[in-house]
Amino acid sequence: MKGIRREEEKRRSTFTRRALALGLGQMALFGVLGTRLYRLQAEEGDRYRTLAEENRLSARLIPPPRGRILDRNGQVVAGNKLNWRVLLVAEQTQDVGATLETFSRIVPLAEHERARIERELRRRRRFVPVMVREFLSWEEMARIEVNAPDLPGILIDVGTTRLYPEAEHLAHLVGYVAPPAERDMDGDPLLELPGIRVGRAGLERFHDQVLRGRAGAVQLEVNAVGRVIREVERREGVPGQDVQVSVDAELQKAIRGKIEEGTSVVVLDAKNGEVLAMASQPSFDPNLFNAGVSAAQWRQWTANRSTPLINKATNGLYAPGSTFKMVVALAALEAKVIAPGERVSCPGYFDLGDTRFHCWSRYGHGGVDMRAGLKYSCDCYFYEAARRTGIDRIAAMANRFGLGVDLDIELPGTRKGLVPTRAWRQAQGKPWNLGDTIVHGIGQGFYQLTPLSLATMAARLATGRAVQPHLTRSIGGRPARGGRPEEWPALGIPERDLRLVREGMWAVVNEAGGTARVARLPEQLGVLAGKTGSVQVRRVSREQRERGFKVENQPREWRPHALFVAYAPYDNPLYAVSVVVEHGMSGAGAAAPLAKEVMVEVFNRFRATPGQRVAEAGR
Amino acid sequence: MSGTFERRLLTRDRGNGWLQKLWLIPWSFVLLLCAVAAVGYVALYSAGGGPEAYAAKHAIRFGFGLVLMLGIALVDIRFIARFAWLGYLGGLALLVLVLLHGNVGKGAQRWIDIGPLQLQPSELMKIMLVLALAAWFQRASWERIGNPLFLVPPAIMVLVPVGLILKQPNLGTGLITAIIGGAVFFAAGVRLWKFALILAGAGVAAPIAYEHLHDYQRARITTFLDPESDPLGAGYNIIQSKIALGSGGLWGKGFLQGTQGHLNFLPEKQTDFIFTMLAEEFGLVGALTTLGLLALVVLFCFAVALRCRHQFGRLLAVGLGTNVFCYVFVNVAMVTGSIPVGGVPLPLISHGGSAMLTTMLGFGLLLSVYVHRDAEFGPARD
Repeated sequence: MKGIRREEEKRRSTFTRRALALGLGQMALFGVLGTRLYRLQAEEGDRYRTLAEENRLSARLIPPPRGRILDRNGQVVAGNKLNWRVLLVAEQTQDVGATLETFSRIVPLAEHERARIERELRRRRRFVPVMVREFLSWEEMARIEVNAPDLPGILIDVGTTRLYPEAEHLAHLVGYVAPPAERDMDGDPLLELPGIRVGRAGLERFHDQVLRGRAGAVQLEVNAVGRVIREVERREGVPGQDVQVSVDAELQKAIRGKIEEGTSVVVLDAKNGEVLAMASQPSFDPNLFNAGVSAAQWRQWTANRSTPLINKATNGLYAPGSTFKMVVALAALEAKVIAPGERVSCPGYFDLGDTRFHCWSRYGHGGVDMRAGLKYSCDCYFYEAARRTGIDRIAAMANRFGLGVDLDIELPGTRKGLVPTRAWRQAQGKPWNLGDTIVHGIGQGFYQLTPLSLATMAARLATGRAVQPHLTRSIGGRPARGGRPEEWPALGIPERDLRLVREGMWAVVNEAGGTARVARLPEQLGVLAGKTGSVQVRRVSREQRERGFKVENQPREWRPHALFVAYAPYDNPLYAVSVVVEHGMSGAGAAAPLAKEVMVEVFNRFRATPGQRVAEAGR
Repeated sequence: MSGTFERRLLTRDRGNGWLQKLWLIPWSFVLLLCAVAAVGYVALYSAGGGPEAYAAKHAIRFGFGLVLMLGIALVDIRFIARFAWLGYLGGLALLVLVLLHGNVGKGAQRWIDIGPLQLQPSELMKIMLVLALAAWFQRASWERIGNPLFLVPPAIMVLVPVGLILKQPNLGTGLITAIIGGAVFFAAGVRLWKFALILAGAGVAAPIAYEHLHDYQRARITTFLDPESDPLGAGYNIIQSKIALGSGGLWGKGFLQGTQGHLNFLPEKQTDFIFTMLAEEFGLVGALTTLGLLALVVLFCFAVALRCRHQFGRLLAVGLGTNVFCYVFVNVAMVTGSIPVGGVPLPLISHGGSAMLTTMLGFGLLLSVYVHRDAEFGPARD
């Protein structure tokens, strides 16, 4: 019995020791857990709090509305239109297929659209909306709205898309927008947004930063699968600013109604250089770029030999022909190599060594002074004037009139053009011959000038100031530069010289025998002064000439271009115009009448009281 | 001495002494359990975003559990000891049944449906094993425990259920079962050098066992070693749990304000990761309080063991205490990223009917030990 008790005692004391060891060991392990919790929660708490916030919050950008482009009267020429879209949320409908089936009975869905929707539905989580259709019409929206009870999971959503109400009329000026390409990525987070557009051409591109605005941001609380729980914080963006331009949309449309393919017209405010209209035919519809241009459309544009995508007013390059003669005259006067009253004899040709240069009139103009030289556009007079002045002084004068220089207009890609000099030719490794100078005296040869620069020349001739053509009147309500005529510096040409040249241009239009009597304005509107020009696109050889060469018999693309530059009114110039009609045969025949019509349109729009309006057929 | 009074009471009034026995139940411990269950209610309320999802059921189950526990507390411990074998064999039978007809969850056969209950036999088995081992060693004197042959049957008693649980496969519960068995062996007085031998053997066997582990089990071990190696896969749970814990800070984000939990970054927040949920919303203070309450529960088990006068009760209390300890330790260590994820619930706090049932069954046995701590067993045999 005693043994048993001793046994029991031993068993019990062993148990007590070991139970205590077990218990203490377990408490020690709990202590380890406690210190572990302390480290996680107290010491590293801040780090984990940041991680939890990163988990929880998701920032999204809110695209700001793009600024509008307005014409000089406040008419919207590039605006935003609501883009009605229909989205489908898979988790809100029992049967996606049935919903789409019902939907396609209201708005038919093509096979490939169904395939795209189903592909996106498979790829996304069930609560992420998938685009079913965008650019829906108001009637379609109404029908969907009415049938909403039968369309579980269908959501109507409004985005914005660019709208050009005047479509192709202002396409070359306003430009268009397109999804940003890799090279457009300038670090603006806005460009990362799906569906965002950037200006790709014209004013849309030039003023892109202003029009774009700044993205707002919204902080959203999201759960583990990315579903938005609530909005935590919202910072509104800065909407894009409106840009008002100097163009008159109605004038532009009226002008475009008068011109044919291959024609470009520029109308400037002669005093301050504002572009009032700039038309180039053919054009394109910039709205087509919104949804992405189809390959077929793109091929059609690029295959067209009349290049609808190119603005001929700023990118078309032409020799100026006789419209350049005012520059030669002023260069000769400034160089004092010819006196205003000096007569040059014109027998119909001009001999330099054994090379003969022809006047456009085979029979010659007899004795011609500067005024008559301009009036009759006598080539012999300007051959002689150029010979005496030299090419470099002519080129310098041309540059002062905005020819062959960068005009800094807000249309990206505008060509500077070319006014040749001796140095330019020598840089090509060729000598400059005196014969070249003779040819360039009548605006033929290497010249490559844009219709815009010719209009600028006309404005500078009319005002004697270095008027710069420009489009922007105001940005976000603040006036842009160049609004006041006094801002442009004087050209530094004596008024006497300018008056002489202007008189010549007056005579071209308003005097019997002038080359462009057709361009005379109806009396009540005012007096127009101008100058014609015709430029060969192919050289005519002596044999051809002797065989009775007639341009009328040539294929269209071999016919000469027709040009006309003008300003009006003569005594107080307000408007300057240039017209280029590709293959129009002659400036007097094709360009001058059109210039007159344009000017009538301009006067009707800006000057005339209703009673003074001149009918369309005022020719 | 109250001891003598109680002994007398027990021997004399076996038939209608239950009222007096009820008086002997340590009500402070019952209060402690209620406090832990209340913590569970709060946590589940938050996890479900209201009482409907989990918390209400939790309260009802705890109520049933309390009745079950008190009922078992009144059963004579000697009666329990006599039929421990039956429980053990029943547990084994259920384990075999789950292997043959069990429901598959996460690639393992783990539970069987009994009416509305989903029973995990492995949970029940741990308690039955402790009972059986306590009954075995109750009969053993200090001398006999020294005899290696005497240790063979209890070793088999441990290894058979451990093997069946590993076969489900459920690595975590299998290891915990082995550890609980080991704790009973240790408390019974098995010589220390034998433990050293077994540990050395396990050390040799571990790399071989690793070869035979399932892929997901290996993934758990590798992600434990480097959770960031696969942040969206197997390591995701651990990382999100640590973020939730850490972001709770000292005082927590507030009741129902835990972002990790409520935005579903936290996986299985009503079961395995309930502690994380608590720690995120109530901070280090809440986490340590919960851990402290559970530590008190474990300590009470050991206190019961030390106060018990018979070996059966002592070993039973130590085994049950170790069982609770293992649950809590593995769960908290898991959510803090200290050990590989093991799918172990937190007793009285995690959502789950069968876990609650087995936990309360264990506490019922513990209380029975306490109530009958002075009961006379026959003497140990040589």
